[in-house]
Amino acid sequence: MRLPLTLHRLWAIVLKEFVQMRRDRITFAMMVGIPLMQLVLFGFAINTDPKRLPTVVFDADHSAFSRSFVASLDNSGYFDILPPPDSVVAAREAMAIGDIQFIVSIPPDFSRAVVRGERPALLLEADASDPSATGNALAALANLNQSALQHDLKGPLVKLNGGSPPFEVRVQRNYNPEGITQYNIVPGLMGTILTMTMIMMTGMAMTRELERGTLENLLAFPVHPLEVMIGKILPYIIVGYIQVTVILTAAHVLFHVPIAGSLPMLLACVLVFLAANLTVGMMFSTIARSQLQAMQMTFFFFLPSMLLSGFMFPFRGMPHWAQVIGEGLPLTHFLRIVRGIMLKGNGWAETWPNVWPLLVFMAVVLTIGFKRYRRTLD
Amino acid sequence: MNHPYAIDVHGLSKSFGNKRAVNHLSLQVAEGEIYGFLGPNGSGKTTSIRMLCGLLTPDEGSGTCLGYDVRRQSGEIKKQAGYMTQRFSFYEDLSIRENLDFVARLYAMPDRKRVVERSMAELGLAHRANQLAGTLSGGWKQRLALAACMLHRPRLLLLDEPTAGVDPKARRDFWDEIHRLAGQGISVLVSTHYMDEAARCHRLAYIAYGDLLAAGTPEELIAQSGLTSFAVQDDDPALAARLRQLPGVEQVVAMGSMYSVSGQDGLLIARGLAGFAGLRFEQVDTGLEQVFIRLMDRVQEAAP
Ligand SMILES: Nc1ncnc2c1ncn2[C@@H]1O[C@H](COP(=O)(O)OP(=O)(O)O)[C@@H](O)[C@H]1O
Ligand SMILES: [Mg+2]
Repeated sequence: MRLPLTLHRLWAIVLKEFVQMRRDRITFAMMVGIPLMQLVLFGFAINTDPKRLPTVVFDADHSAFSRSFVASLDNSGYFDILPPPDSVVAAREAMAIGDIQFIVSIPPDFSRAVVRGERPALLLEADASDPSATGNALAALANLNQSALQHDLKGPLVKLNGGSPPFEVRVQRNYNPEGITQYNIVPGLMGTILTMTMIMMTGMAMTRELERGTLENLLAFPVHPLEVMIGKILPYIIVGYIQVTVILTAAHVLFHVPIAGSLPMLLACVLVFLAANLTVGMMFSTIARSQLQAMQMTFFFFLPSMLLSGFMFPFRGMPHWAQVIGEGLPLTHFLRIVRGIMLKGNGWAETWPNVWPLLVFMAVVLTIGFKRYRRTLD
Repeated sequence: MNHPYAIDVHGLSKSFGNKRAVNHLSLQVAEGEIYGFLGPNGSGKTTSIRMLCGLLTPDEGSGTCLGYDVRRQSGEIKKQAGYMTQRFSFYEDLSIRENLDFVARLYAMPDRKRVVERSMAELGLAHRANQLAGTLSGGWKQRLALAACMLHRPRLLLLDEPTAGVDPKARRDFWDEIHRLAGQGISVLVSTHYMDEAARCHRLAYIAYGDLLAAGTPEELIAQSGLTSFAVQDDDPALAARLRQLPGVEQVVAMGSMYSVSGQDGLLIARGLAGFAGLRFEQVDTGLEQVFIRLMDRVQEAAP
């Protein structure tokens, strides 16, 4: 069956898909609703500036200086100083289960060392498993060593004031040394939401025809496989752009995520990413025999995309094999593109190295899908 | 026409796993002919029709549809033939008009809107134009499917049990329409279980369990069967068993206030019937039903 592609047949498929999409109100509402809901949920977590985090202090010094430091921690608003447990070990256990966010240890000779100008170090252990929770507190801490002892260093000690800070706070981030910043999450969220919905929607597009028995008719029409495949993909590109608009608008309005680079360039890259995911869905639907199977395959693809793309874990922190797999996933490249454009203001030169892998991916997947497309009922 | 046959296939076979659904089917359907395709459920009618329009690839055999090779030119066949599936396979979440519009676009019908409106009017679908296909009753779905497969003015219609679940009036209209189309030179291959429909075909083929058992005009098939039939004017329920015992009787069918009795040897049966005191009976024309039931019985006897 070698027919030249025609626009009118392609258009027939596109129109049909649109009408069906419009009839399926719940799915359509979900496609717009899911990104909004996810963004608000994630955004709630990333945007809150958590204050009064549970903190315990082990003060072995018991001096005016150490008390001033603790008072300044308290005054910053980010730390809620709780009565310390019996030992540091007990405190660490409390941190492990999430009861305590910070442990501050002040060494016994702290004030003497300050007076001698030795710039002693305090240890602050932070539960950084959720970096967005501790990030602001740690930022506030950065200035504390300058100001905490301002009023104590008087008279002969005034020379310690003003220059380099009289002591150091050594921060030890437990559980998540990389510390993903909050802005990273919105681009990541956009990528994961698009991956999920695009693959699922097209994944079900052909299997729905098979399940409902309409495939027999579709195959009996003189329509080329590519006309069907592309005709089913195009409507979802528009859906994808609706999702992107929702996400970007919400990210901007609600969470003030900046777009440092060019918006048109971002949208152009989105198109490539959408098409790559839609062809994956299309390929799945040529393999799956039911909508349920198509859904399962979507999750099968979605999980590594979430885990190995750098969305959940810092890409550089992953073992080599995981990075190799990650390089093969569209989401990995899309995350780099979006973070680059939105946060770093990257231009074409920096963006292109992550665009062509998407194009290659798409070409390969489309070929597989085309080869596997059912031309008969055999 | 440069090709005398609309369908001309030889030795088509198709197996699913190790089950042979169609076994060396040969079929010739002339241009403008209405060809009836009969046989019990699961005998391979749908499979045969699917092979003709390129939806299934035959394991063996070859032939042409509208002069195009069934194996290699199914694209051309699809353009010029109309296939109505046994199971309704239009989009239930599209309205009647949207379904027809979709089909018209696929075939690039010129003057699409008018073609769709006229098609709906002809088949009495106009007042339901905006109703979703999924909410139609069985008969209306059949009408929609028929309208859709005739929309592009095909030269050959392949209809798989098109009147299943359709009321008698609509069936009559449908067959009038089929004859009108055949009059215009369109060829029709139609599978059916209805004997009155079989009788309205120019030619018939009877297929059972993949094998073609008989083919010919209705008259030829009746003559070939060698059956003689009698109408017995009695409705005593106890009589049926006794009639079946008579020598030479192969089939006894209760029909309202009478029985229809038939078998190969008319004289033998007549003698047996005369043995019943006061029984009124007369010889009648054998119907297609008796012919096909006889064919079926023979297959089942032959089966191990
Ligand atoms: N896709 C298929 N896979 C497996 N078996 C099939 C398939 N299609 C049909 N069959 C089998 O082939 C035989 C013929 O079926 P079919 O052509 O539908 O008969 P009919 O239309 O005369 O009722 C049946 O036994 C059926 O179960
Ligand atoms: Mg059938």
